[in-house]
Amino acid sequence: MVTNNKNNNKNINNINKITGKVWKFGDNVDTDVIIPGKYLRTTDFGIFAAHVMEGIDPQFSTKVQKGDVIVAGENFGCGSSREQAPLALKYAGVACVIASSFARIFFRNAINVGLPIIEARIDCKEGDIIEIDTENGIIAHGNVKYQATKLPEFLQEILADGGLVGHRKKVGVV
Amino acid sequence: MPTISEKILSRAAGKQVVADDFVIANIDYAMAHDGTGVLAVKAFKEMGVKKVWDPGRIIIPFDHYTPAHTDTGAKLHQGIRQWIREQGITNFFDIGEGICHQVLPENGFALPGKLIIGADSHSCTYGAFGAFATGVGATDMAEIFVSGKLWLRVPQTIRITVEGKLSKGVSAKDLTLNIIKNIGTDGANYKAIEYYGETIQGLSMAQRMTLCNMSIEMGAKTGIVPADEKTFTYLNGKAKEKYEPVYADEDANYCEDLYYDVANLEPQIAKPHEVDNVFNISEVVGTPLDQVFIGSCTNGRYEDLEAVAKILHGKQVKVRTIVLPASRSILIKATESGVISTLLKAGAVIAPPGCGPCLGAHQGVICEGETCLSTSNRNFKGRMGAGGLIYLSSPQTAAVSALRGEIADPREVI
Repeated sequence: MVTNNKNNNKNINNINKITGKVWKFGDNVDTDVIIPGKYLRTTDFGIFAAHVMEGIDPQFSTKVQKGDVIVAGENFGCGSSREQAPLALKYAGVACVIASSFARIFFRNAINVGLPIIEARIDCKEGDIIEIDTENGIIAHGNVKYQATKLPEFLQEILADGGLVGHRKKVGVV
Repeated sequence: MPTISEKILSRAAGKQVVADDFVIANIDYAMAHDGTGVLAVKAFKEMGVKKVWDPGRIIIPFDHYTPAHTDTGAKLHQGIRQWIREQGITNFFDIGEGICHQVLPENGFALPGKLIIGADSHSCTYGAFGAFATGVGATDMAEIFVSGKLWLRVPQTIRITVEGKLSKGVSAKDLTLNIIKNIGTDGANYKAIEYYGETIQGLSMAQRMTLCNMSIEMGAKTGIVPADEKTFTYLNGKAKEKYEPVYADEDANYCEDLYYDVANLEPQIAKPHEVDNVFNISEVVGTPLDQVFIGSCTNGRYEDLEAVAKILHGKQVKVRTIVLPASRSILIKATESGVISTLLKAGAVIAPPGCGPCLGAHQGVICEGETCLSTSNRNFKGRMGAGGLIYLSSPQTAAVSALRGEIADPREVI
């Protein structure tokens, strides 16, 4: 059942510096709208990507481009523990999710699958281009710079290794 | 002075820790179900480790897609079963045994003072037994499979004290929905909740599970009811091992103190599409329904089914009504007591123990334009089927509403 995800992996490699186009979402974007439960019975990450954000915008997966950035409000990723939610975003090409706050399980899952996330409130419109320095937690939108909450170093290391599996392979068992 | 969470996580980390500290904690029990187990097993294999840390501390119930109804689902089940055999995991509960959050308590894994991590967001249910229990994703679960350890941030704690006697027809679910209405869907994000007060002490273990189960709907990391005689009685003969109940110090540090008097609480309803979109039933009565779902890890327990049967006895439902007992043992008890017969005669459909339609996978999916009143825990947009509307209520409200074909007040019949 394990499929080759190479073709679906549109994510960029350098996660420290990201420049991307903004897709805006509101508060309380839950995991059921990010990826509905009926699509979870697979290990083909391309299927998750094909239905990403279907609950809010059924066309989103066809519109989102590699390297794009999501900017959302409070409590992003609330709801179920399904790791398919950050996987769907990552394999759809989303380079980073910026939200005013994240639900705690989504926060862990995103780091564990190597999807950069940043907690910050930023003022921007859909389609704007923003620059993100994930290492230092700095977001630049035109001339305006935002200092976001910096991730603890050990989480940055996991992200830099592409997620927890990659990190575990690199550093061995705790 | 320490809260329950600080004490349990200090013990699990082998050093004194306080809120906001990061710890590497030793896990007492780890649970993954068929929904999250697939990716957890995949990640475990990719980590390149041959054997799990302790097969006796891993529990795998199949509940999300049971029985398998697609060839893909069957294949994924097959893969997990094979891995379970290879790893020598004996705490495996195959299809029909029940929902993980009922299976663990029934089998004595949900124990006071333990640190229990589940690859499911509603793992906070085990807080009903005085455990620190929380949900994580699949890769975190793989990490635990490998080492028995996980990094955690020690949460701050909100103390909720509930006083007053619940009126007839008002249940733990109504109390829970009312608390969520007040705190909001992210009001307890990253935090633990400790529940106190005479109302909480008066709740049965099943009702405490309903309460703790929905702590995640406020974003909470865990929700804990301190263990008492009811807890010990429930666990008598069930507990898998010795346990040491943990209590907060009298002057423990709480980040927030909230009080509720529930003497005048009405039945509560969460309207679509957020769990904190809660209203008194009087504001929602008359909403037409297409389906009623009674079950889930929130409200599929014996006393829930019994309460429904009392209302449906000798009558006929007006809308399709789907009932999923939360476990095999509940189904057996409900069969032997006549509850199932009452439900069937009233026109309800009984489906096998499991999560069923709660997450919109099967056994009662709704479509565009349909409305379901559900005793489950989430009414997110599209959760039970694209375009469908979900209202949440207690089993009593669901039962009387099934008879009327529209949302109705259970106090009229109780």
